Amino acid sequence: MMDPTLLPLFAGLVAILSLATLTGRLLRGRARTPEARATVDNLNARIRAWWLMVAIFALAFTFGKTVTLVLFALTSFYCLREFISLTPTRPADHRALAFAFYVFLPLQYVLIGIDWQSLFSIAIPVYAFLLLPVLAVLKHETDDFLARTAKVQWALMLTVYCISHAPALLLLKIPGFEGRNVLLLFFLVAIVQASDVLQYIFGKLWGRRKIAPVVSPNKTWEGFLGGGAAATLLGAGLFWITPFTPLQAAGMALAIVLAGFCGGLVLSAVKRSMGAKDWGRMIEGHGGALDRMDSVTFAAPLFFHLTNYYFVP
Amino acid sequence: MIDDMLVGLARFLVGGRPDWIGAQPSPRQRIYFANHGSHLDTILLWAAMPKSLRATTHPVAAADYWGKDRLRRAIAIGLLNSVLVDRAGSAGGKDPLAPLEEQLRRGHSLIIFPEGTRGGAKLPGPFKSGLFRLATRFPEAELVPVYLENLSRAFPRGAFLPVPISCHVRIGAPLRLGEGEEKDAFLIRARDAIVAMAQVR
Repeated sequence: MMDPTLLPLFAGLVAILSLATLTGRLLRGRARTPEARATVDNLNARIRAWWLMVAIFALAFTFGKTVTLVLFALTSFYCLREFISLTPTRPADHRALAFAFYVFLPLQYVLIGIDWQSLFSIAIPVYAFLLLPVLAVLKHETDDFLARTAKVQWALMLTVYCISHAPALLLLKIPGFEGRNVLLLFFLVAIVQASDVLQYIFGKLWGRRKIAPVVSPNKTWEGFLGGGAAATLLGAGLFWITPFTPLQAAGMALAIVLAGFCGGLVLSAVKRSMGAKDWGRMIEGHGGALDRMDSVTFAAPLFFHLTNYYFVP
Repeated sequence: MIDDMLVGLARFLVGGRPDWIGAQPSPRQRIYFANHGSHLDTILLWAAMPKSLRATTHPVAAADYWGKDRLRRAIAIGLLNSVLVDRAGSAGGKDPLAPLEEQLRRGHSLIIFPEGTRGGAKLPGPFKSGLFRLATRFPEAELVPVYLENLSRAFPRGAFLPVPISCHVRIGAPLRLGEGEEKDAFLIRARDAIVAMAQVR
């Protein structure tokens, strides 16, 4: 059953997106130069994709844990596929890749589904990390072995292990918050994505000083500080859907914002080291799935463990 | 039905929606020729055709592999409409290209892999002469180069399962055999047409 609290939340999202759609229409009419028009078109494509993402989330939350897990498993699947597609692997890595996709990815989500938290936390960092290089070494190819191993391990770590910590929030047993864990997941996704959007908006409006021009040319100090502060305030304002006090909610939101920022930066560097600007072309205006999930990869495990440490007895 | 499932599964795993760069899908007679890295090549290239053209577009497959048992024959011939070619044919006194020419005489199109075998490299190896002979005998057929990217990474030779890696099918501008063009020069030019598309991003 859908938590009744989610209804006003999704209504709020629909209101915000409607406002964004209207603004996008207005800006489209007022854009004169070709560059301005390109920016507005990209913005409108992003807004359209947001509608779709909100619809998918609403569906998942309505139908409960299994559908939510399948949705995140598919997200991990597409992110892992994008990561591996850009990484130059060799035929000798094929068996390790097959295990990553067909064994460890489903296993991770099944473990969450059956509430096996102790194994879920170590399946990939212990068992996959040790097994994957063994599978590759059996092909007797030592060229770049360490680099190749690291690529497959990191791909699995970021796209499956880290992202799976978002739905794993459903496992946490917080006294007085039973049956409402899906709101924690909503909190995480809302703050991560709001932080991305707000940093984008603040950056477009007031951005001057670039933070890391080589790695991520669109990130500015003005965007990061303004957008981050706004997202933290939003987190404090959402305290009523969480087990946190307003101050704790702000602290959690700040942690999510900072981790998300680092995730975006690190994955951008990974992507550029492989000579690409976007992870893929799956979502118009957003690039690939991993372009949308890069902040989640760092924010989800951190938020999971902070909540687990401080709120689960 | 089963062919749609096969195409759907391949699309889910490796993507591979076609980019028609230099040509558009067309019912006119064509010989599509592509680099060959994987069993997925045939499926994705065939899936790149609009449904209406699939019945008259025949992938060419090696008889020594795809004719071996009933399952393989069912996939190659039953699902994908393949023409089987006997790679060792000329040694046995038969003309290995005869079944291909039969389809071309009917006005149908072909998908061929002029390297003759699967390689794992990014760029295709040297071409065998079959493409030249078909171009000489059927000058009215358009020769359409296709570059298949990443397929040999997704499903290399000897692998049991394809791994999900995004693949791309790029279909380039048609070539024609030049007036009096020599075999070797033509085969190099045809291969270069594929190589050029490997650089596009």
